[in-house]
Amino acid sequence: PLKANPVDGNYCLTCGSDKSLKLWNPHKGTLLRTYHGHGYEVLDAAGSFDNSQLCSCSADKTVALWDVATGQVVRKFRGHAGKVSCVQFNEEATVIVSGSIDSTVRCWDCRSRRPDPVQVLDEAKDGVSSVKVSDHEILSGSVDGRVRRYDLRAGQLYSDYVGSPITSVCFSKDGQCVLAASLDSTLRLLDKDTGELLGEYTGHRSTTYKLDCVLSEQDTHVGSASEDGKVYFWDLVEVSRGLTKTAEPGEGILRHPQAHPGRGCDPRPPTCSRWRMLSARRSKTTRVRSSLPEMMSRSSVARDSTALACGLWLLTRVWAAAEAA
Amino acid sequence: MAAESSDSEEEDLVSYGSALPALQEGERIKKPVPLQEQTVKDGKGRYQRFHGAFTGGFSAGYFNTVGTKEGWTPSSFISSRQKRADKTILGPEDFMDEEDLSEFGIAPKDITTTDDFASKAKDRIKEKARQIAGVVAAIPGTTAFDDLIGPSKITIGVELLRKMGWKEGQGIGPRIKRKPLRQKPDPQVKVYGCALPPGLSEGSEDEEDEYQPENVTFAPKDVMPVDLTPKEDVHGLGYKGLDPTQALFGISGREHLNLFTGGSEKTSDLLGDLRHSKGRKLGITGQAFGVGALEEEDDDIYATETLSKYDTVLKDEEPGDGLYGWTAPKQYKSKKRFETEVKYIGKILDGFSLASKSSTYPPPDLPRDYRPVHYFRPVIAAGNENYHLRKALEQSTGKLENDTTQQSRHTLNASQRRDRLGETVLKGPAPSVLEYLSEKDRERLKEVKQASEQQMKVKMLPQQSQNRFQPTSANDAPHKWQMFLGGQLANAGSSDFKPFARNPEKQKRYESFVQSLKQGQKDMLEHYLDPSMTEWERGREQEEFFRAAMFYKSSNSTLSSRFTRAKYEDDVDKVEVPRDQENDIDDKESAVKMKMFGKLTRDKFEWHPEKLLCKRFNVPDPYPDSSIVGLPKVKRDKYSVFNFLTLPEATTSVTQATNERIQQNNNLNKPKKPSRWDVSDKEKEKKDSISEFISLARSKVDIQQQPPVPMTEECGTETNETLPTNEDKDQEESRPSMDLFKAIFVSSSDEKSSSSEDESDEEHQPTVSVINSETNKQVDLPDSSSSNVQGST
Repeated sequence: PLKANPVDGNYCLTCGSDKSLKLWNPHKGTLLRTYHGHGYEVLDAAGSFDNSQLCSCSADKTVALWDVATGQVVRKFRGHAGKVSCVQFNEEATVIVSGSIDSTVRCWDCRSRRPDPVQVLDEAKDGVSSVKVSDHEILSGSVDGRVRRYDLRAGQLYSDYVGSPITSVCFSKDGQCVLAASLDSTLRLLDKDTGELLGEYTGHRSTTYKLDCVLSEQDTHVGSASEDGKVYFWDLVEVSRGLTKTAEPGEGILRHPQAHPGRGCDPRPPTCSRWRMLSARRSKTTRVRSSLPEMMSRSSVARDSTALACGLWLLTRVWAAAEAA
Repeated sequence: MAAESSDSEEEDLVSYGSALPALQEGERIKKPVPLQEQTVKDGKGRYQRFHGAFTGGFSAGYFNTVGTKEGWTPSSFISSRQKRADKTILGPEDFMDEEDLSEFGIAPKDITTTDDFASKAKDRIKEKARQIAGVVAAIPGTTAFDDLIGPSKITIGVELLRKMGWKEGQGIGPRIKRKPLRQKPDPQVKVYGCALPPGLSEGSEDEEDEYQPENVTFAPKDVMPVDLTPKEDVHGLGYKGLDPTQALFGISGREHLNLFTGGSEKTSDLLGDLRHSKGRKLGITGQAFGVGALEEEDDDIYATETLSKYDTVLKDEEPGDGLYGWTAPKQYKSKKRFETEVKYIGKILDGFSLASKSSTYPPPDLPRDYRPVHYFRPVIAAGNENYHLRKALEQSTGKLENDTTQQSRHTLNASQRRDRLGETVLKGPAPSVLEYLSEKDRERLKEVKQASEQQMKVKMLPQQSQNRFQPTSANDAPHKWQMFLGGQLANAGSSDFKPFARNPEKQKRYESFVQSLKQGQKDMLEHYLDPSMTEWERGREQEEFFRAAMFYKSSNSTLSSRFTRAKYEDDVDKVEVPRDQENDIDDKESAVKMKMFGKLTRDKFEWHPEKLLCKRFNVPDPYPDSSIVGLPKVKRDKYSVFNFLTLPEATTSVTQATNERIQQNNNLNKPKKPSRWDVSDKEKEKKDSISEFISLARSKVDIQQQPPVPMTEECGTETNETLPTNEDKDQEESRPSMDLFKAIFVSSSDEKSSSSEDESDEEHQPTVSVINSETNKQVDLPDSSSSNVQGST
């Protein structure tokens, strides 16, 4: 899994089955810091708004809160009964929201020393695969095929049935829509208020793995990882016009595309745009592979050539090189 | 006169106490001293007033007053700054009278012998006796010295030792007859450490030739305690500061400084030193200081010091060296090694002597194929049920004994031993039912068993070839089960296992069933059953009971102690269920297919966020007055799938609701649900547990829409069976569904027979068979069947 820093995009964060989190400079490809402390594969990570804290979740059923500077675990939240698959900070980094394979979403308080969650959202009937948090909403996608949106301000739970197991959900930046990726190789853009289908994006392959979907910073493009190892982009509105494939990063499966925040997105195809795609890859043969660090370490070598070739497809190309090696 | 008369009276009186002294002639009777005349005077003849026993006695106050020398005038303030020197600090003595400071006062000032220095015998009588003796003695006045030269106080231990004959300078212990041979110092080995004082070693060598009588015993040598003063300086071991006298005149100090001089050289060295040191009075010698340029002696400068020359362990002095006090005369007689050995062992018993040579025996020769592993032979109780096993084991171990009379006591089991010993039977659960039975009954059982086995064999053959729908006889099942259960049935009913606790009637039936089974009354098996039941139901229940009996016996005693009762009772009929349910997956599915997202696919619930969560999100609490967290919940009746299988009027929507509820229960019971992510890559099947469940639910609904017709059929065939009454319904409801037992007990071999049974019943009860096939179907699907089990319990 790989996350771009939500604030300025100057950092990127990877985590993997080597039980560690790594903080990188995506521009130079240098490793800034490694965070050790999880007992199993780290499944997701997120950064706080002020870059001072990280949160991560792991297959060891824990959610950890890290101090970026010291690299120490500030808190560890235990309570999930299974692998914790996704984790998010809220806007002010006072609450960590984590979703787990145990079908619960748990909200952990970072302020107090309370060991138990503030609230457990156990409405899901199956594992929670994705969680997003807005200023007053918690969005969760579950394998039971539902996208649930908990509106704290209205005190309402909206449950949208999609049918196929949800792998990833995200809010649009304007706060009007919800994008949901499901295992029927479809992304659906749903209206947040009514639940109506606004758009459907197909063409990629997503049947087995938990692949991420993403909306660009200006809500102009929809991006998704695919099991054929590519990153797919669609124009948000003109679906028919939109399907544009990326340069192939390799044989593996791209899992976590991230729109680079803070940069405008050109209407041009992303290969020559100023998109910075950060994507982690999962090998098809071994489901869990901890090859991220090695690949990243090659980045400095391969950076020049790939960067010359296609501008900003930095990390993707680096991994392609690693695959060839 | 009066006395005379009194004399006569005296004889009649009893006198108490002592009589007053007879009055002298002309003496006046003493008057008692009046209180005012009972006075106390001090040494100077002054009267003293008694102030009270605890407030000073006679010596309080100033001149027998409560005043002071100054009277009542208070001491004026004196500035301590100017008259610091004048300031007197008053001590307790300032407030004391002179009596207090005298010999018997509270603070005597005179110098007296303290207890430490007082003469020991302070006993007055003894003292007096001594004084008398001193006067009488030949030299008078000798005892007077005792007072002057008082011995210091001696500890009780020393005193006791003295009384036992110990003297200062001696060691403690029994007196020893003679001294072993004093080891002559080996000239090759240097002696380090505490060398004897030179004069002493000289003396000992001088005494070498002295004759020592045989019968003289000596006290053991006094042992100096180990000096445990810690070393606090940074000097080397054994370093002593230079004694100026020794350093300057270097005569006697030489030996002490030179620790490393060999013992044998001592005398010559000493002599030589004396000789040399005569010449030079000054100078420091010793190897520690090297050899000076002016020194003549440079013989030993290259002496090598190795660690092996030092003692590395703290140990006792070598036995035989210095066993005697250093004042005792030495005896040099060779001692046999033998004797020393005896000393170590201790006293040798009469009739025994020490072996001259130690005899060790070689280890036994191991057989070539010996493996150094010990395994325990299984001890088989000689019970009936284990007979074959035992026999097989015996054969395998090569020990085949047919004659039971020759059994060793190890082959007997507890009851057999008990019989032989003539003990009474212990009360408590017996190991087997068969133990309870009489010989005749046992034989009868055996016959029955054999017969049933025969029957089975006969049946099995045609059954495979014949029509599968052939009904099995009602008697068949019990036999079959009896075979299965054998003697293990014993504790099934007696224990506190109540598999049908929810239905007390059924539990009662079950218990009586087990009881009858224990007694081997196979004919009775049918009587316990509810006569109002249909034949099929009876057969079903019978099988259920058998299975339950078999199932519960294993976990009876050993396992039950390890488990506690479930925290959440299964018997509770009400379940907390979220008030609003996400319902109608069907409709949603179809809506999704038609891409009609929106109202059809959306569920909207009231949801109460935790107050703290709202606070953290900087959002006002939408329900400030409610204490609910999450979805509002209501208590509802717990349904089981069974209800709907017998209730034809159940609508689809209700079924859906229950399905949802079952799912919910599922969620409650299993926090960790099977997730898609756990599915391995190879498993490419499109089996979705949810969709499976949905399809299942749908098929069920289909079935339920059919029932009315078969039900009437059933009524037609079974005349005495009316439509299910309320009571029946209750029964159905409370009974654990057979799915449970199916799921738990059905083995692959059993499956066939039961299904054939079901099918045989089909003609009579089509409804049930449909249900059954349904359940069988569920069994095939691992996920949904388990969920059903969870839901219906």
